[in-house]
Amino acid sequence: MNWIKTKNNTKINLNEIPTLKISELREEIISLNKRPLAFFGKDWGSLGTKLFVILADDECGDLYVSSVLFGQNEKEYDSLTQVMPSFHIFEREFYEQFGIKPLNHPWLKPVRKNQKDYKFFEMEGEEVHQVAVGPIHAGVIEPGHFRFMCNGETVYHLEIMLGYQNRGVEKLMVEHPSNALAESICGDSVIAHNLAYSKVMEILKDINVSKRAQLIRTLALEMERAAIHIGDLGAIAGDIAYLMGASVFGATRTLVINTMLEFSGSRFGRGLINVGGVNFDIDNEKIERAIKTFEKVEKDVERMVKTMLKNTSVMSRLEKTGTVNIEKAREIGLVGMAARACGLNLDSRFDFADECFKSLALPRKIFKGTGDVNSRFQLRYQETMESLSISKRILTMLKNPSKDELLAPCTNKVSANSFAISITEGWRGEVVHIALTDANSDLTRYKIKDPSFNNWYGLALAVRNNGVSDFPLCNKSFNLSYCGNDL
Amino acid sequence: MFDTLKSRIYQGEQFIKDIKNAPMREQFRGLPKLCGSNCNNCTACLSVCPTGALKLNPLSIDMGKCTFCGACKNVCKTKAIDFSNFYKLGASTKEKLVVTEGTEGDEFLKTAIEVRKEIKRVFGKSLKLRQVSAGGCNGCEMELNACSNVNFDMGRFGIDFVASPRHADGLVITGPISKNMAYALEDCYKSTPDPKVVILCGACAISGGVFQDSCELNREFLDKYPVDLYIPGCPVHPLTFINAVLGLISG
Repeated sequence: MNWIKTKNNTKINLNEIPTLKISELREEIISLNKRPLAFFGKDWGSLGTKLFVILADDECGDLYVSSVLFGQNEKEYDSLTQVMPSFHIFEREFYEQFGIKPLNHPWLKPVRKNQKDYKFFEMEGEEVHQVAVGPIHAGVIEPGHFRFMCNGETVYHLEIMLGYQNRGVEKLMVEHPSNALAESICGDSVIAHNLAYSKVMEILKDINVSKRAQLIRTLALEMERAAIHIGDLGAIAGDIAYLMGASVFGATRTLVINTMLEFSGSRFGRGLINVGGVNFDIDNEKIERAIKTFEKVEKDVERMVKTMLKNTSVMSRLEKTGTVNIEKAREIGLVGMAARACGLNLDSRFDFADECFKSLALPRKIFKGTGDVNSRFQLRYQETMESLSISKRILTMLKNPSKDELLAPCTNKVSANSFAISITEGWRGEVVHIALTDANSDLTRYKIKDPSFNNWYGLALAVRNNGVSDFPLCNKSFNLSYCGNDL
Repeated sequence: MFDTLKSRIYQGEQFIKDIKNAPMREQFRGLPKLCGSNCNNCTACLSVCPTGALKLNPLSIDMGKCTFCGACKNVCKTKAIDFSNFYKLGASTKEKLVVTEGTEGDEFLKTAIEVRKEIKRVFGKSLKLRQVSAGGCNGCEMELNACSNVNFDMGRFGIDFVASPRHADGLVITGPISKNMAYALEDCYKSTPDPKVVILCGACAISGGVFQDSCELNREFLDKYPVDLYIPGCPVHPLTFINAVLGLISG
């Protein structure tokens, strides 16, 4: 057997994971032809380095897990990227962390290391010029460096250099994991990352979370999605100088996050989710108020979006700007919202649904996008409305008082020799957390994959052949995370 | 056109009129309220605190480290720890951020921000800030952006974020200062004309927060250059930020 087939939110025994030769695994990966979910190394002591691979079968909701042991002297292998480009960032990360070189990798650029002497791709020609932006940007955002190769106003190529935000999160997670640390992996996906972390720990500790706590968690996740999407609709409006939209969406987002403040004491839901359940209950008075607020938010968002879309000067900026077509999206392995906007049907809420989401039995809406800024704008609008409606539905369900325990007692007993996987669909896409324990039940490796890790290259492709002045617009329509990538 | 006007009229007035006395929801976790006499030294709070902000005998919380996650309050069986919704948390020294038994909001406020006179004279009517995220998780960044939205409208006080350090009167630093950002941060500081202020925003910037033990940080900048204002929070609430900066420039 070359693979272990498993599901989301499960743990497997480390010793049961097959260990193949790299040449065998490479053949297997190519013949299975599935999407990479994780591809990461772990120091295997005197034996060398172990590489774990997880592939996702989105249609069946299956995960394929396998591994390779690289001996101390095995320092190279034939890269997968040449055959499957979606592996490019995973192989670069693996090389950076463990020094095992993927041969014939077309672009073995560091992912997070300080790259002072890095030589960017250069284009030659009389009219060609470079535009360098960052790491500190004009607005109040995280740092990253962008290098544009332009011919006049047109961008031919954009190279993105990240790593400025590297805080060593994966190592800290092994040393002293906590909910507060998980919440700070990426501060705009507080709920998504904290949920993925909590689930991984619950799997390892065999803790069952009550129905009510699960509902509150799902509610928080959908509220986060709605709040960020509304904020980004405003940011897109701001970037095309449609200030009315920026103001209205900004004020509307405040309503959603202030409701979150009422539920959890923090505008972004910090402190709400804990390993074992949730820290706060929601009483009927708050539920009534929240439902009313969400009804108002729905109206406000709908009114503003419709007004915007009727405006031809808005549409001329959004349509056919920053396009990534579906073939490219599949090839480079886009995930989450950015992939759905290109017409790829990926949503781990449905593909790898957890118990609570399944019980809601929601219909899956297929979005027919063309991959331009307009598609991402419309998709965000659709998802906002969807999330608000799910939130209202969950709030109605929470009205029935229940005797469910909100927070299951936490044990310190962690399963030994385990490999736990949890996937959560944050607003950006799949947030994957993987934890490994040894024979003493100690955490030995913690792997985090934020959707931004896959999607940054999508932004680089999106701006090709667009005006350099449209870059902020393209960037905001993706709104990728710097620290989610840099960890 | 008419739709746009209708949307505008429907929105009405959104701004908070009196930012210094704006009401805050009671659930907000702000200034800690400690009752040391209730504490039975069970140390449950110490083991759940993600940043080591708590100390016993006497009971105290360092807001410069605190993430306001409320974990200590949740495990405390003797009700020694609580959080009030008092949100004006900014202070001019790190030491002032340590809250002990009996620290009350109004008392805290009286002595929290004491700065050199020059700041009021030079920046009292206009303060342009350059924000540098040095490992910030985007939590503080989003809240700083919110300071300029229609609700909080910080611009009305003459406080704005500007695009270049050359146009700025000071820096607002978020994040624990990663190694890879240390150079850019210092460069930005040197590019800002004198006189200038430095504001640390959020638990990460003030103490390293949940990342304080990471070996990927380089916080030498803070040893080299003076800091004028510390604003605690994780992330910092816009009302906390605006009130702290107003406290700074009104002396």
